[in-house]
Amino acid sequence: MTINVQEVFETVRMTLYQNFDIRTATLGINLKDCIHSDFSKFCEQVYQRIRPAAERLVREVGKLEILYGVPITNKRISVTPVSLIMETHAEPEKFLEMAKTLERAAGDAGIDFIGGFGALVQKGMTRSDRALIESLPEVLSQTGRVCGFLNLGSTVAGLNMDAVIALGPILKEIAHKSGNGIGCAKFGAFVNAPEDNPFMAGAFHGVGEPDFSINVGISGPGVVRDVVAANKDCDLTGLSEIIKRTVFKITRAGELIGRGLAKRLEVPFGIVDISLASTTAAGDSVAAVLEAMGIERVGAHGSTLAVALMMDAVKKGGAMASANVGGLSGTFIPVSEDDRMTAAALEGALSLDKLEAMTSVCAVGMDMFAVPGDTPPEKVSAIIADELSIGVINNKTTAVRVIIIPGTKPGDAVDYGGLLGKVPVMAVNKFSSADFIKRGGRMPSPVTSMRN
Amino acid sequence: MDKIKPSAIEQENQGKELSFVTVMGRDQKGIVARVSTVLYKHEINIEDISQKVMRNNFVMIMMVDFRESPSDLEDVKAELNKIAEEMGLAIQIQHEALFKAMHRV
Repeated sequence: MTINVQEVFETVRMTLYQNFDIRTATLGINLKDCIHSDFSKFCEQVYQRIRPAAERLVREVGKLEILYGVPITNKRISVTPVSLIMETHAEPEKFLEMAKTLERAAGDAGIDFIGGFGALVQKGMTRSDRALIESLPEVLSQTGRVCGFLNLGSTVAGLNMDAVIALGPILKEIAHKSGNGIGCAKFGAFVNAPEDNPFMAGAFHGVGEPDFSINVGISGPGVVRDVVAANKDCDLTGLSEIIKRTVFKITRAGELIGRGLAKRLEVPFGIVDISLASTTAAGDSVAAVLEAMGIERVGAHGSTLAVALMMDAVKKGGAMASANVGGLSGTFIPVSEDDRMTAAALEGALSLDKLEAMTSVCAVGMDMFAVPGDTPPEKVSAIIADELSIGVINNKTTAVRVIIIPGTKPGDAVDYGGLLGKVPVMAVNKFSSADFIKRGGRMPSPVTSMRN
Repeated sequence: MDKIKPSAIEQENQGKELSFVTVMGRDQKGIVARVSTVLYKHEINIEDISQKVMRNNFVMIMMVDFRESPSDLEDVKAELNKIAEEMGLAIQIQHEALFKAMHRV
């Protein structure tokens, strides 16, 4: 079985010219057995659990990058949802202290983001869950690496509207405390949150996971864009085929590297997340794939179909390539972090309504979009509730990462630089649903959840 | 850093440790000479060489076995990068397992 020149050339081109990389190698770490009645000892045990493991991750990832010549862009850590391990220390000040411990452990090991500062509240909230939510504004404004999440609903539990209502003012406070709203970029509101998601901000190490697991997120919108652009005349069936074949290849690379990493770290291999994930690098854009299909600007009529076709092909290619597909495995269509999405929003092609529609056909959710600073909290809750209801009813993960930027109006843009890129401020509907949202309670689980 | 060695799953070739060295760019004198000098210095055996012009690129691919090499792959890589920079080429060295995973069902 020899590899021919064309095949070598194709792979080398992917890494050199099409931004092909392994987007993230995320080490999940169980913290449940670090719990201690003495809080300072508890924090010390958490630090000692995370730091050496994280350092080892960074070291081994470096070696694999050299061996395969494929960049592994992000090295990250996810931990047991923090509200679970804090049940006996359920005070907001202690949550802040724990967040600072996570921050220090990650920072000392050279890790840029650590996920898991969150709670599973799909059915209701414990005292610890409430204290964690209350601590979010301080935590997300006083730390730089810690990422937060809440799982606010699921197809079997319904949607916890009381928690969604509580979140509106909390997000506004996060925005206010972190100045230009950047704290909001480190928080995701989920339904049906996967326990092995390697991507931030929503990564956490679920309760059904082993002590450690390595989860890998592939990437490659640049690779997919190039094959789509090279096949201008094929019909949708043909388009699906070429995307499928390409994703098969990049998923196989992800699986190989994930397994190699797990073996070197002597931890179980978890999953390959086959989500296409954009970066701010030119050409490394999911929206550019849709444009290459023939959509002038994302948001134009036809965009939802284009996302649906692409995502379905990605899943088929990925499923053939690996028996360990998991995590989110949707596609990310963040409004910032993707220069073509940003352009579409700024040029008026993409509205919040169309973004929401596109997420219903298997994107992960409404990600990295900004709304004006004067958006009322109940309107923030309503935006979140709409998106999350799509996930609950359709038995899929949906999430919202909304940035509220004080002192801005629709059409403005704030440049965060680096990974986050330029965030355009989008218009929200001017009419109110406050009277509906404030009813609270729980949206019952849909009839489709009764499968037993 | 410890010497980077492939783990068992990456070795299926009777003990050989195969990688592909890929050189892309403008054809010019001395490419093969300079690249193979580095490989020889590090006791890396060249198993196969092929070259082609694809999409207006000169592409040379060497299949190499670094089983007997005492060197760290990182050092080999650094020396190849130096050649790449001086000659205006792109040179990659990537383990064979990657290509097998991506191009074989």
